[in-house]
Amino acid sequence: MSTQAWLLPALPFAVAILGLLFGRRLPGGPAPLAVTATLLSTVLAVPLVVGAVRAPTRVTETTHQLLSAGGVTVTAGTRVDGLSATVALMVCIVALLVQFYSIGYMKGDPRYSSYAAIVSLFTAAMLLVVLAADLLMLLIGWEVMGICSYLLIGHYWEHEYARSAAVKAFLTTRTGDVGFLFGIFTLGIGAGSFRISDVLAADLAHGTVVVGTLLLLCGVVGKSAQFPLHTWLPDAMAGPTPISALIHAATMVAAGIYLVARLFPVFTRSVVTLDVLAVIAAITMLGAALAALAQDDIKRVLAYSTVSQLAYMAGGLSVGGYGPGIFHLLTHAGFKALLFLAAGAVIHTVGTNLMSEMGGLRRGLPITFPTMTIGLAALAGLPPFSGFFSKESILGAAHEAATHGEGAAASSTFAWLVLVVGMATVFVTAAYVTRLWLRTFFGPSRSAAAVVEAPFTMTLPLVLLAVPSALLGFVGVDANWLPRWIGVEPLRAFAPEVGTSVVSVGLALLGILTMAVVWRRDPTGDPIARLAPAARRALDRAFYVDDAYDATVVRPTFAASRDVIGADVHAVDAVVNGSGVSAQVAGGVLRLAQNGNIQAYVTGMFVGLVAIVVSVAVLA
Amino acid sequence: MHLVYPLVLSALLFCLGIYGVLVRRNAILVLMSIELMLNAVNLNLVAFDAWVRDAVHSGQVFALFVITIAAAEVGLGLAIVLLLYRNRDSVQVDEATELREQREVAA
Repeated sequence: MSTQAWLLPALPFAVAILGLLFGRRLPGGPAPLAVTATLLSTVLAVPLVVGAVRAPTRVTETTHQLLSAGGVTVTAGTRVDGLSATVALMVCIVALLVQFYSIGYMKGDPRYSSYAAIVSLFTAAMLLVVLAADLLMLLIGWEVMGICSYLLIGHYWEHEYARSAAVKAFLTTRTGDVGFLFGIFTLGIGAGSFRISDVLAADLAHGTVVVGTLLLLCGVVGKSAQFPLHTWLPDAMAGPTPISALIHAATMVAAGIYLVARLFPVFTRSVVTLDVLAVIAAITMLGAALAALAQDDIKRVLAYSTVSQLAYMAGGLSVGGYGPGIFHLLTHAGFKALLFLAAGAVIHTVGTNLMSEMGGLRRGLPITFPTMTIGLAALAGLPPFSGFFSKESILGAAHEAATHGEGAAASSTFAWLVLVVGMATVFVTAAYVTRLWLRTFFGPSRSAAAVVEAPFTMTLPLVLLAVPSALLGFVGVDANWLPRWIGVEPLRAFAPEVGTSVVSVGLALLGILTMAVVWRRDPTGDPIARLAPAARRALDRAFYVDDAYDATVVRPTFAASRDVIGADVHAVDAVVNGSGVSAQVAGGVLRLAQNGNIQAYVTGMFVGLVAIVVSVAVLA
Repeated sequence: MHLVYPLVLSALLFCLGIYGVLVRRNAILVLMSIELMLNAVNLNLVAFDAWVRDAVHSGQVFALFVITIAAAEVGLGLAIVLLLYRNRDSVQVDEATELREQREVAA
């Protein structure tokens, strides 16, 4: 069965092509085809996971040589093991629910058919990344995701903000991808093969590993929206909400973390890389959480929370917590998809993204309210919801690396950094989650619209996602469950440590309490305006990182572009136009000879003839 | 007879023809000058034929060809001159300059 893994990306890919070609003419619209294909992929993914659960250490690879040029062999094939099977199943499920949810959310959208097709393509690309056995195949999926995110973020291309957000996402992730490409080359050429199993097994020189992994990290930072390339993700909210769910939960941002996990044995050989990753994760985790604290747009709160949570995963990986990182990736996929889809249902009802125009929505939304509450509790890391267990496992791993300082982790200093910042972020996370919850669902209503629950196609995915958001944490408590499936070594359960758990739950409760107390004094106002009025603007602008980029990158680029245009007009064009003008002038002189007098012509001929004859006679 | 006499004569005739073609403005006189040039060539051909003592007299044969072609050419030429006269009431060559480059037409 595992050898049929190529069908997983192939099915959505075929449907995407069909949908792009014939989407508008399909009976019943584009939805049935897209949903069916994703469902089939999901069904196909289940046996892979079952196989991985039965034999966790087995790696099934298929390889077809595509081409061999100059000592470099490119192969196509799938690599199925516990990690890839589990993540593939997660991707399929989230994509399936997003496709299903879109039936309701995108109803009546004029470009629904191309939207559904590109979502399929997106899914196919992510599955290719997950299942690829060759780094170059992985790169193809990685790049296809880039273009799909561009197309989907720019879905509402009538609006200027959507277009610029799409371009920003594409350019920012591209910036990281340059490093990624060279990272692949470095590792692939160092190992003499681009196959993942060969790269993992190769005895690479230390320098190659450090350079290769640092370059790969550029791509990871771009794709997974880590500082300093995180700015595209909050802007990517310009796309339809289901797309936000897809990008944030299952595809795109997960790809970066997945890549680090996929090549984790290589990464652990370079302490420098893990140190860098730890610093990036620490900065991103706290910075994004603080930025989430002040956003008014509900989707931007969730976007910054994604950035922050991805930093948790990166932090977990940097302290050697391969298992915890993947565990958090999986639980986060569940609750973040839930949160985005629920936010979509709220937006669908209220007709605005702004929390200042919401409030008191709990009464009208009997399904959205409880499911979103579960998602938010998971995000805040409250026991017994899934986020608690996975976040706890990361903090536990950081604590262990900080105190014991094992080999396959960042240095102890940086592990402490991850641990302390991670704890601080727990507090901030709880605070912004509470703010979002209270501002949206409690207090007096500030909305003009009548509150009506979303249609069945939208609420069903919410209910389905609420289950893993609440319970997925328990798959990690026994070492024979998730830790064994994804091949954690040494094998151990993701059981919460008592010490870190007490501190982090305490901090989370403190965050909730602080925000709730402040909110109670004025249920209509924004609690952050009361709590930190001075810092509010800086937080809302996410510490002016965008403005800094605007000043240091965007505007100089525009200025350089203008200079290039000037050079083109005044130098290159001048040469071209000048040659034309000079030909015209010379032609004007020659035209004088064309005077219409036949005897003048004959005279010219005769003189020429005589000249030729004389010259022949003289020279010969 | 020495070869130089007919050659000098033919050169004189040819120069006369050239002069006529380049200078005369009447189209009929231009045609006549062309005939002079052709006949100068004929004279050359016949003279060289006699001087070389060619067994098949190719010089004379060519001269006959030239005479034939000259007849045809005069037929065409006179027809053109006739049309020119009918259209313009004049056979002055230097007045027929319709195909000259128009100064004001920009490229």
